[in-house]
Amino acid sequence: IHHIVQNGGLYKRPFNEAFEETPMLVAVLTYVGYGVLTLFGYLRDFLRQWKIEKCQNATEREEQKDFVPLYQDFENFYNRNLYMRIRDSWNRPICSVPGAKVDVIERVSHDYNWTFTYTGRVIKDVINMGSYNYLGFAQNNGACQEAAAEVLSQYGAGVCSTRQEMGNLDKHEELEKLVARFLGVESAMTYGMGFATNSMNIPALVGKGCLILSDELNHASLVLGARLSGATIRIFKHNNMQSLEKLLKDAIVHGQPRTRRPWKKILILVEGIYSMEGSIVRLPEVIALKKKYKSYLYLDEAHSIGALGPTGRGVVEYFGLNPEDVDVMMGTFTKSFGAAGGYIGGKKELIDYLRTHSHSAVYATSLSPPVVQQIITSMKCIMGEDGSTLGKACVQQLAENTRYFRRRLKEMGFIIYGNEDSPVVPLMLYMPAKIGAFGREMLKRNIGVVVVGFPATPIIESRARFCLSAAHTKEILDTALKEISEVGDLLQLKYSRHRLVPLLDRPFDETTYEETED
Amino acid sequence: VDIKSMTSYLYWLYCQYELITCSYLMEPWEKVLFYTVNVATLVTLAYAAYLFVPARISGAFCFVLHLLGNQPENTVSIMK
Repeated sequence: IHHIVQNGGLYKRPFNEAFEETPMLVAVLTYVGYGVLTLFGYLRDFLRQWKIEKCQNATEREEQKDFVPLYQDFENFYNRNLYMRIRDSWNRPICSVPGAKVDVIERVSHDYNWTFTYTGRVIKDVINMGSYNYLGFAQNNGACQEAAAEVLSQYGAGVCSTRQEMGNLDKHEELEKLVARFLGVESAMTYGMGFATNSMNIPALVGKGCLILSDELNHASLVLGARLSGATIRIFKHNNMQSLEKLLKDAIVHGQPRTRRPWKKILILVEGIYSMEGSIVRLPEVIALKKKYKSYLYLDEAHSIGALGPTGRGVVEYFGLNPEDVDVMMGTFTKSFGAAGGYIGGKKELIDYLRTHSHSAVYATSLSPPVVQQIITSMKCIMGEDGSTLGKACVQQLAENTRYFRRRLKEMGFIIYGNEDSPVVPLMLYMPAKIGAFGREMLKRNIGVVVVGFPATPIIESRARFCLSAAHTKEILDTALKEISEVGDLLQLKYSRHRLVPLLDRPFDETTYEETED
Repeated sequence: VDIKSMTSYLYWLYCQYELITCSYLMEPWEKVLFYTVNVATLVTLAYAAYLFVPARISGAFCFVLHLLGNQPENTVSIMK
């Protein structure tokens, strides 16, 4: 059995990932900011309770005031007092296709973000740095749109049934064969919703008596699917292979908690690109560990399919590995293909089992036909089967944009997390007032960004997340970089001291991390 | 001394203070309350410093001289 490609050579290309440490002064000042806001939050809650101020959020009814309180926990306190103040940076309505530029409807609030009114104006041509449009297939003209319009006129928009009843169209069969060919696996199955693919299929694969080893920073859909399945869940530190190996060893040695029986199945849940950190999974090491300890691997390539690899086949191709090593390859069509839905690919027996036992196949409506056609057209374009080199050009343009953007931001002095090759670029903001200020200032300069705070990230590590696209030309990126630099000087966001924390592991010339050799 | 750039620099410093203490996000009456508390604290500190610090410094100076006064003659002359 070959665990490793060649002795000492698991990685065929350099793996550059960095997470610069939070500067101490910035961390202290962030806590000061949150402290001040918390004090004012308590003051406002006091005023609301004693009816000095009008209460505009949800409260219990008068008759229920003596029951167990519903809105006293930290999430609701945070929501009332901190989230409401900066709420105008989220849920912005857009009214055009989310390509490289987008139209945003302008809205104002006269009562500090409790209610919004539309001014009637539309902000045109806002540079879109927030949509998951990695290969630029979110278009309203071109080959994909024409094919989808033709299918719409032939099949209509609704399917009106589940996959197992009357919702299995020939388009779905065609799509599944295409997806299997694209990924290099035996067979694939597609579902109507990417989130539901994870949360409804993990319970079909594992159950009680199985062990799930899940990364610390996995997406909510994976966490929900793992919890629904009823299996035991153990968490390993983010992208940390020593932690994973320790858990695997403990699982094999000690078995199930009380009875000490061996686990029925051990499933490792990882993602291709983690969207909040911009980090890429260490797939060669995970596969080496999986083979050594005889467990199964579930890879969620929601953000990495289409975005990584020389021909866009995802993180498996990026590392030059064999797709048959990954037992369950899951992904979504939302990000790189400009459509909606998810897929699972793997061996034929696995997919045939999922066709009968997945909750999604039995109860959920299947994909809508124009969406299926969009996926088929865009996938054929990426593979080059439509006769043009547009797909390859898009993949290369995305890789160039990624490298250029990340290099320029690092040179300017911002703290950027994640891997050099990931098109998701988190820029650290840290302080709560800067979250709101960054979103507003960027919109004033006609650039739309996504800012993220608690609870999607740890409370002091709030960030702005840029998603690069092949539709962005160099001029658009240069404009955006100029504005980001200006806002960075205005808000003092250039925290980097160019002291990168070295990744805490030894060089990649061993498959095991033990002190003694076998 | 360029008055315009000085004032714009001071305004930028004020904006940084607003961002760090999150008074950028507060409603006007909250800002008034917060700044009143801050200014009152600063004024109290300044007044206490003005009243007490000179006496303490001269007391510390006398203490140091007293320490050195017990040394032999030649070291005192070097100090002088």
